[in-house]
Amino acid sequence: MSQWIEIVALENIPVLGSRVVSVDSGTDIALFRSTDDAVFAIRDACPHKQGPLSQGIMHGTSVTCPLHNWKIDLASGSAFAPDEGCTNVFPVKVEQGKVLLQLEPATEKVA
Amino acid sequence: MLKQNLVLIGNGMAGVRTLEELLKLDSDLYNITVFGEEPYGNYNRIMLSPVLASEKTIDEIMLNDEQWYIDNNITLHKGKKVTEIQRGRQQVVTDDGITVPYDRLIIATGSTPFMLPLPGADKEGVIGFRDIKDVNTMMSATENYKKAVVIGGGLLGLEAANGLMKQGMDVTVVHLGGSLMDRQLDEPASEMLRQSLEERGMKFLMKHSSSEVLGDERVTGLRFNDGTEVEADLLVMAVGIKPNFALAKSAGLYCERGIVVNDTMQSYDPKIYAVGECVQHRGIAYGLVAPLWDQAKVCANHLANFGIARYEGTVTSTKLKVTGIELFSAGDFIGNENTEEIVFKDAATGTYKKIVLEDDKIKGAVMYGDTVDGSWYFQMMKDGTDVSAFRDTLLFGQAHLGDSGHNPETRVAGLPDDAEICGCNGVCKGDIVNAINEHKIFTLDEVRAHTKASASCGSCTGLVESLLSHTVGGDYSATPSTKPVCGCTDATHDEVREGIINMQLTTMKAVREEFQWRNADGCASCRPALNYYLLCAFPETYVDDPQSRFINERAHGNIQKDGTYSVVPRMFGGLCTAQQLRDIADIADKYKVPEMKVTGGQRIDMFGIKKEDLPPMWNDLSNAGFVSGHAYAKGLRTVKTCVGEKWCRFGTQNSTGLGVKLEELTWGSWMPHKFKIAVSGCPRNCAEATIKDFGVVCVDSGYELHVAGNGGIKVRVTDLLCKVQTEEDVLEYCAAFTQFYREDAHYLERTAPWIERVGLAKVQKALEEPEQRKALAERFAISQKKAQIDPWKERAQGTEALEFAPIKVSALGELV
Ligand code: SRM
Ligand SMILES: Cc1cc2nc3c(=O)[nH]c(=O)nc-3n(C[C@H](O)[C@H](O)[C@H](O)COP(=O)(O)OP(=O)(O)OC[C@H]3O[C@@H](n4cnc5c(N)ncnc54)[C@H](O)[C@@H]3O)c2cc1C
Ligand code: SF4
Ligand code: FES
Repeated sequence: MSQWIEIVALENIPVLGSRVVSVDSGTDIALFRSTDDAVFAIRDACPHKQGPLSQGIMHGTSVTCPLHNWKIDLASGSAFAPDEGCTNVFPVKVEQGKVLLQLEPATEKVA
Repeated sequence: MLKQNLVLIGNGMAGVRTLEELLKLDSDLYNITVFGEEPYGNYNRIMLSPVLASEKTIDEIMLNDEQWYIDNNITLHKGKKVTEIQRGRQQVVTDDGITVPYDRLIIATGSTPFMLPLPGADKEGVIGFRDIKDVNTMMSATENYKKAVVIGGGLLGLEAANGLMKQGMDVTVVHLGGSLMDRQLDEPASEMLRQSLEERGMKFLMKHSSSEVLGDERVTGLRFNDGTEVEADLLVMAVGIKPNFALAKSAGLYCERGIVVNDTMQSYDPKIYAVGECVQHRGIAYGLVAPLWDQAKVCANHLANFGIARYEGTVTSTKLKVTGIELFSAGDFIGNENTEEIVFKDAATGTYKKIVLEDDKIKGAVMYGDTVDGSWYFQMMKDGTDVSAFRDTLLFGQAHLGDSGHNPETRVAGLPDDAEICGCNGVCKGDIVNAINEHKIFTLDEVRAHTKASASCGSCTGLVESLLSHTVGGDYSATPSTKPVCGCTDATHDEVREGIINMQLTTMKAVREEFQWRNADGCASCRPALNYYLLCAFPETYVDDPQSRFINERAHGNIQKDGTYSVVPRMFGGLCTAQQLRDIADIADKYKVPEMKVTGGQRIDMFGIKKEDLPPMWNDLSNAGFVSGHAYAKGLRTVKTCVGEKWCRFGTQNSTGLGVKLEELTWGSWMPHKFKIAVSGCPRNCAEATIKDFGVVCVDSGYELHVAGNGGIKVRVTDLLCKVQTEEDVLEYCAAFTQFYREDAHYLERTAPWIERVGLAKVQKALEEPEQRKALAERFAISQKKAQIDPWKERAQGTEALEFAPIKVSALGELV
């Protein structure tokens, strides 16, 4: 199902904030928008204890998990050292103010 | 293969422990048969003293009841005495003729009380102190008789005397020597012990040698060598024990003062093992349980055919089981010409400590009054620890090592690797040391990052810092006393707060630029702090940034471990009406709330709410007249109140009403950390006002104001701020105090650590001047104007709608 879905208008994701895409068939995807309007999509589950990353505080291109403060890189889905672990990243792009998303992960979850 | 037969003679502490150890190693090897002369299962003999003192019951001291024997397929012959061991035929015979063959035999016949061979010692009412039967005899004597005499001022004698005294008897202890427990205590300790027992009503006849038991059938008294007499209608002999080896000896086993065994607990007949008080090992016959546990392990190891354990003797220590008397002794506490001693004595507090050293190692210790460090000394004594490094503080104990200024790291250095340092995250010393070494860590933050130690509640921070400095030595970069806000900047909280006011920096971006932040967006630590500082500085103009708030404050609910939220509506002062409860109940039904709970803050918590359900639920709550309880906020949580003068027979003021007014005054306010208030109607303080950030205790003449208390992780009792006359005063002081805290404290600093940092005097001074106090209260009122717009109602009406609306996609990839 690697098709692009027009998911939401860019302006409807708060800057340095997130939106949750809840997919009928699987786990939620979290969309983030950085200060320079780059958008990231990762599985909404922290590699630590599945905390909802969408609810964390975003800074730069990373997010801090709300449950126990792991820091996750949004581009790769990996936790910053010294923590170890990774969550899936999904293909996402912005065209004419629209955010397009694929529901098949771009990376396999490593840990 | 046929199972071998194992027979145990003696159903006491050592024998049964050996079976327990054996069952752990191999539960299938033997058919086990146990003979016990006493008509019970296996009980904890040392607890007979507390039973006699009515601190325990017989049931409570049972170690293994009869079901245990059944469960483990052990045949128990209770109330049966073995009278013969036929070594040739490998079988044992009881007094009533039961014969059981053995392949291996354990003798654990214990010992018997030594009864002085005095004329008349066979009279009724003359007993020893060894088993349940003796305790029963003593207990029933207490019903009909008044006067008890205990011969023997040792451990056992004093415990017997104490028990009898507790049963209401008039007790005299007769002792041959000049000081009590002379084998366990030196003279000063012994003297302190006697004094405190005398204070409890025990009488002593020291240096008295008994010559004859008086009476006809039953004892009536005791005569001494000097011709004097003492009345007695119960006489307990506790002058020592005799290892019970008559049976073994009659079977031809080699015995001296006990059954002689080697390091594998075997007697001279290798099929026959012996453990407990009946044995003599390397010349020693023990009279305490600790050695028996060691012996039992070794014996079981051999019975299970492992054959690798050896018993090499046990160093013992002593405690007296008399409630309220603390006493400890171990090793050689008398000393000789090669030893030195360190002594501490304070008669006023009844404390005495003596440590005997030889070559900087502990040889023995005796302590009276304060014995908490007994096990520490005992461990060092057994380990042969060199104590020269902390010899000058040795007597002050282990806890003192940490902050004595001499050797701050010694305490952590002494901890074993598996000692838990961080209770929140279950991190042990070994984990931390490994992380430090492996990752070449030098700072506390790095330790937190790598191990999570000290990363949650922080109460172990001191220990972790000591470990760091101990592990990395001089390279450790101690936490600077003025901490920067976070890793993004070198500026401190105070510098930032002053900068915001002085330079009128009105946005986070301006602050970050002015103070040369290293990350343009800041991080999860500094963003909430800056957002708060700006909100506090410019309450009327600053636009709050939801993305800089921790999720709980952004979503106005507490995030749960499964990603759902909790909802806690405010109940002012804990008061409620039947209608409000009905409304909450209806709303809970409507949103299928899976669990509800009355909180520790006198209101109701509804758990497990889906994020998208929050705004509609809040809408319903809002329509029913509720506002947010801010149970998630760095801000006012609850105002706890008690019943107060309206109903309570002790109430002096309207504490409930005042609580409601205080909550109406302060709700909604954003603060550096959470803030709790309580009002108690009298000094009985049912609302626990003295552990709150702001506590009011009503008294007849007015109101005591208490500040900077904390329940939580580190309990801190409030400081008394002042006393005021009227409710208006209370409200003004509350507003002024809150505002001063809001303007002065660092973000995430509760009032307790804040006041400890800045000092109560500074706060008192700020509030003393009426002008200044009013100005603070006024600023608080201004900030409340915007803060008291109910965030739930706003959101129910559409504010921040995106925050709560998930984007739903079907499996086919269509938006729904
Ligand atoms: C619900 C409640 C427990 C209960 O069922 O009774 C509770 C629940 C939580 N407490 Fe509490 N505390 C609750 C009363 C207390 C009390 C008692 C009191 O207020 O009288 C205390 C001790 C008093 C004090 O604060 O001084 C208390 C001391 C803490 C602490 C330690 C604070 C400290 O300064 O040491 C934390 C941790 C923190 O704040 O960092 C904490 C943190 C928490 C958190 C917010 C944990 C978290 O960060 O997620 C819990 C949220 C559970 C949830 O998901 O809803 N809770 N907590 C109580 C809510 C009261 C209310 O109506 O708002
Ligand atoms: C009141 C009291 C308080 C004590 N307090 C302490 C204390 O605080 N700390 C401490 O370390 N120690 C204390 N002790 C000592 C401790 O109880 C003993 O060291 C321990 O019980 C010895 O265990 P044992 O198995 O060798 O003997 P016991 O526990 O006496 O067991 C021997 C068993 O063998 C049975 N028996 C003997 N001969 C035969 C036979 N021929 N056939 C069948 N059965 C037989 C006996 O009836 C007895 O039940 C105390 C003792 C007493 C009495
Ligand atoms: S004590 Fe408080 S923080 Fe700890 S589990 Fe209970 S509610 Fe949660
Ligand atoms: S679940 Fe994300 S840090 Fe624990």
